[in-house]
Amino acid sequence: MGSFINFPPLPSWPWRITWAYLGLVLFLPIGGMALKAANVGASQFWLLATTPEAIATYKVSFGLAFVAALINGLFGLIIAWALVRCEFPGKRLLHALIDLPFALPTAVAGLALSAVYSTNGWIGAPLFALLGVKVSFTWLGVAIAMVFISLPFVVRSVEPVLEALEVDQEEAAWCLGASQRQTLFKIVLPQLSPAILSGVAQGYSRAVGEYGSVVMISSNVPFRDLITPTLIIQKLEEFDFNGATVIGMVMLIFSLFSLIVINGLQVWGRNWEANPSS
Amino acid sequence: MKKFIPIIACLYVGLVIVVPALNVVAGAFTKGLSPFIENFKSEDLQHAIRLTLILTAIAVPANTIFGLVAATAIARRQFRGKALLLSIIDLPFSISPVVVGLMLVLLYSPSHGLFGGVVKALDLKIIFAWPGMAMATILVTFPFMAREVIPLLEEEGWEQEEAARTLGANSWQVFWKVTLPSVRWAALYGLILTTGRALGEFGAVAVVSGNITGLTQTLPLFIEDAYKQYQTELAYGAAMVLGGVAILTLLSKILLEKYISNHKINP
Repeated sequence: MGSFINFPPLPSWPWRITWAYLGLVLFLPIGGMALKAANVGASQFWLLATTPEAIATYKVSFGLAFVAALINGLFGLIIAWALVRCEFPGKRLLHALIDLPFALPTAVAGLALSAVYSTNGWIGAPLFALLGVKVSFTWLGVAIAMVFISLPFVVRSVEPVLEALEVDQEEAAWCLGASQRQTLFKIVLPQLSPAILSGVAQGYSRAVGEYGSVVMISSNVPFRDLITPTLIIQKLEEFDFNGATVIGMVMLIFSLFSLIVINGLQVWGRNWEANPSS
Repeated sequence: MKKFIPIIACLYVGLVIVVPALNVVAGAFTKGLSPFIENFKSEDLQHAIRLTLILTAIAVPANTIFGLVAATAIARRQFRGKALLLSIIDLPFSISPVVVGLMLVLLYSPSHGLFGGVVKALDLKIIFAWPGMAMATILVTFPFMAREVIPLLEEEGWEQEEAARTLGANSWQVFWKVTLPSVRWAALYGLILTTGRALGEFGAVAVVSGNITGLTQTLPLFIEDAYKQYQTELAYGAAMVLGGVAILTLLSKILLEKYISNHKINP
């Protein structure tokens, strides 16, 4: 990088265009919704945000997304480990497939999962025959869709950190007599924890807001497997604009909050890499 | 234990990703190739494809220009709050698409929108029409380009631009002849990601469009509608088209990654 003193003056129009575009495309809609929500009034806001119907959807959306994020925390770590530390046939294919949930349009994902896990689908049929478990059109299906959609995050955030990890430390631990389990829990996992947490948080945030794939595998029955985004759409269809605004605001506040948490985790991770003792 | 790790990884990815994806391919071709092609004679499907392409053709150029401009404006500057600004640009990724749609409805709906009066007075059709859907697509896809290009520009530094300037190039020439060529692969990948997401956007467009068959129905909405009306084959056929786009996105990512890593070793 050049020194700061000789920094060439930037033309100011790219800067202006950036802010104008952001203002028009992003800040205006967010501000508009915040204004609409403010007009509802505090007591009414609380009332609409905590109707039994809304709370039931929060439980489904926030609860199942949490379960999905945890499952992917574990399996994401295993997949990242396999990709970085193991050699096996089909490794490159696996590497490419991890990104499919990012690339596949959610409607296609929803269709695929809903069909495969339905009672006459490839995976759903044996599950139903052997265990009597229905997946599609129940809360289990919603959880599967959330697992699908949040799968890449942990893998992608752990992979680079695991690659940078020096095997020397593990070997040193082994030489000093640590068991494999001790090495894993005392040497490896603490160093990966910021990356795992940040991946879990990103996956969680994505799964909470997910609509397309979930709506196709859910039966969308209130108090059973109706997710919060679908409730917003139902409110709009009933012309209950205040109800939709309030619940939308709850989700927006959650998004902003999770963005702050994820940023904090990433800063922690970078500091950790620079200075592991802190 | 060690040899089980790849097996567990592959099994998990198989159950969650591969089997469902193969199921779509199988479902689209259950009755062979000709019924699959027959599906595309459906006028509603053709209309949905056309509308999706139009929305993409609006959103992608707009966001490409914004992404490149924002990247040149932000990447080389050091200022307080830079990290915050980058998070703000990423914001559309963490907002639920349904909330994105809702925000646009609350702005432009003639009856309940903040600008409802203006929209009504000028007799504009934004919500339940293509302009709103284009806005939704733009909002959901604008971070991709900036996000791919900014880190690369930060890495490359200023020297070449400085040299070009010293030799008398104006800022326009510097951008076209130095900056853009140096980030062309990242920009290409950003373009691919933007296009992929624009073609497949569901939630935001669903809220804004009103989902009127043959009028404001995009390809992803068509898939949901066909599936819910038990026109399974039609749904699978349409899903194959969008799924193909996803495969192309992945392939181009692999190729570009390969190219970039080769390029770094022997430029």
